[in-house]
Amino acid sequence: MLIRLKDVTKVYRMGVERIHALDGLTLDVTQNEYVAVMGPSGSGKSTLMNVIGCLDRPTSGSYELGGRPTTDMGAAALARVRNERIGFVFQSYELLPRFNALKNVELPLIYSKTAWWARRRLCHQVLERVGLSDRVKHRPNQLSGGEKQRVAIARALINNPAILLADEPTGNLDSRTSQEILGLFDQLHQEGQTIVIVTHEASVAVHARRVIRMRDGRVYSDLPIEEDPISQMQTAPEPPAPGGQGTEGPRRSQSRAQEEKSS
Amino acid sequence: MILLRGPLLLAQLLVQSAFLALGQIRTHKTRAALTTVGIVIGVASVSTVIAVLTGFKEHVLSQFEAFGTNKLYVVPDRPDKGPLRRAPWHIIRFTPEQFDDIKRHCPSVEQVTRVGFMNRTIHFRDRSVENVRVLAIDPAWHRIENRHVELGRPFSVIDEDQARPVCLLTPKARDKLRLDRDCIGQEILLGSRLFRIVGIVEPHLESAMFGQGESDVEACIPFMTAWKMGQPWMLVIATSKSTELSQEARAEIRFFLRRVRNLKPGDPDTFRVEVLEKYLSQFKQIAMVITIVASGIVGISLLAGGVGIMNIMLVSVSERTREIGLRKAVGARPSAVLLQFLVEAVVLCLLGGLAGLMVAHGFTSLINQIIKAGIPDAEHYHAYIPAWAVVLSFGFAAGVGIVFGMFPALKAARLDPIEALRHE
Repeated sequence: MLIRLKDVTKVYRMGVERIHALDGLTLDVTQNEYVAVMGPSGSGKSTLMNVIGCLDRPTSGSYELGGRPTTDMGAAALARVRNERIGFVFQSYELLPRFNALKNVELPLIYSKTAWWARRRLCHQVLERVGLSDRVKHRPNQLSGGEKQRVAIARALINNPAILLADEPTGNLDSRTSQEILGLFDQLHQEGQTIVIVTHEASVAVHARRVIRMRDGRVYSDLPIEEDPISQMQTAPEPPAPGGQGTEGPRRSQSRAQEEKSS
Repeated sequence: MILLRGPLLLAQLLVQSAFLALGQIRTHKTRAALTTVGIVIGVASVSTVIAVLTGFKEHVLSQFEAFGTNKLYVVPDRPDKGPLRRAPWHIIRFTPEQFDDIKRHCPSVEQVTRVGFMNRTIHFRDRSVENVRVLAIDPAWHRIENRHVELGRPFSVIDEDQARPVCLLTPKARDKLRLDRDCIGQEILLGSRLFRIVGIVEPHLESAMFGQGESDVEACIPFMTAWKMGQPWMLVIATSKSTELSQEARAEIRFFLRRVRNLKPGDPDTFRVEVLEKYLSQFKQIAMVITIVASGIVGISLLAGGVGIMNIMLVSVSERTREIGLRKAVGARPSAVLLQFLVEAVVLCLLGGLAGLMVAHGFTSLINQIIKAGIPDAEHYHAYIPAWAVVLSFGFAAGVGIVFGMFPALKAARLDPIEALRHE
């Protein structure tokens, strides 16, 4: 088992109030799964993401990553786990504006044990994998949104992480570019990459093989894609069609409606 | 190999942090320049003060050395108390034979000369020079005073034994009497006695500190000749075998002289033995104290500069909160973040130190020019920043960077990555 969360709670203190962001959550994810975590804002999906990504430690419960318990690890040990086993993709890319694509991709290697002479080659390889070998020297302000997210994905992949964690990876992209990025995720999944993607958009979630729905810090539905309601609406993930606005339209409004309903 | 891995990775991280810091400084040139002003001023003033002091110290030391740091002066001296405090001068003063055995009894003494002083008018034909200093010397005098005979010959044993009327002149004295360049064999009147010139002796060493006002118009005659002419006031100059032995030589001479002069135990000395080395070490001590005090005072301005560094590093940390969050998310350990910001502060300070040293170098050459133009006798004065001051400046600058960069760096290292990534 790659990810094993057991009775995980996370309590934040906001003044006198105690907020249970995660409330006894139990979840297993195996190798080469493609999981979408859905839920309204405030349902705890970001907190779950942070816990899985070792950015945050649960208040109680246990988290094993690849068979190793992480609950008692110190800050340095957790940093090492993030460096070697986790690849993050953020909604707003989080690229360093002063660095070109190559340097941005190289960033995790700086904190790893990779020798400097091996870094260049690794960066080129992974940039090629995300289809950006012709944008190596470009800075983020010279790249489009989709290209920026590809750089970010390349950066996440550079250390061959056990899990690729993506938090609303298409949130800042138009629908066509979103589909391109999701296509890249599909390709990575086919190559054996474990992916956990947090989203509230059904059009994103349909790319996954398993959909986890959260509410109030708990999993309330955990089904393979075939059994989840979204696959009822859209039987198969569609490739980005030329002029795909038409097909996108209803799905978008659907997800938005879902959001409003739950919040 | 495994043992080497840790230090190598650290070195790699250090180099990367340094490059990163340089990039950061390049993007904020004006800010970096303004921030380091304090450090620049601090380092510049410390280095300039040290340079000037070093120049002064070396100037004085070279004077000491030219004068001879292993010299001992033995002079008669009436004691302040005891039965001899009212002794007449002829009891206190030295006589030549008192020093006959000094070298045999004082093993640390290398050379000894008796020196008598007289003032005479010199006549040559119809020309005369008044008030010429006449030195009555022993042969060792040339080596002790480092004034050798440039032309002709020094006094011989026969000159000494028979108290012959022979003399040496300085070039100035020769010129004043308008003698030929090669005037050896000529006879001059020294006072009322005829002396034959046997050589030309080197003039007194140029010195700003010692022998000021001493005329270069001098004549030397054998000591015994002078003694027989009229028992001049005399002292004894000795050299020890080395500067380190000067205190020992001093003790030996004192012991020897007390016995020769029949002083009973408890009687005060009727003479003084002065050692130049004592003044030298005192001077060195004073110079050191001045250097330390000046560096300390000016070092305070470095601390003021340090506060500027801390301020700008805090700004840098809060500006780059998201970057710190990202770096942590991709696996930067807190120590790596700490190192990055610390290195940035240190690099900033080192650049300030470099600029400060360049400013100090400019000041130093300016001071050198002013001193050379404005003060006579200072041709040999040369202020410069010694290597240790360069090292010290960089060390101090780095220290300021570490001390004042620590708080911002710790702040960065302790940032919660989730909070940092949410930061706007």
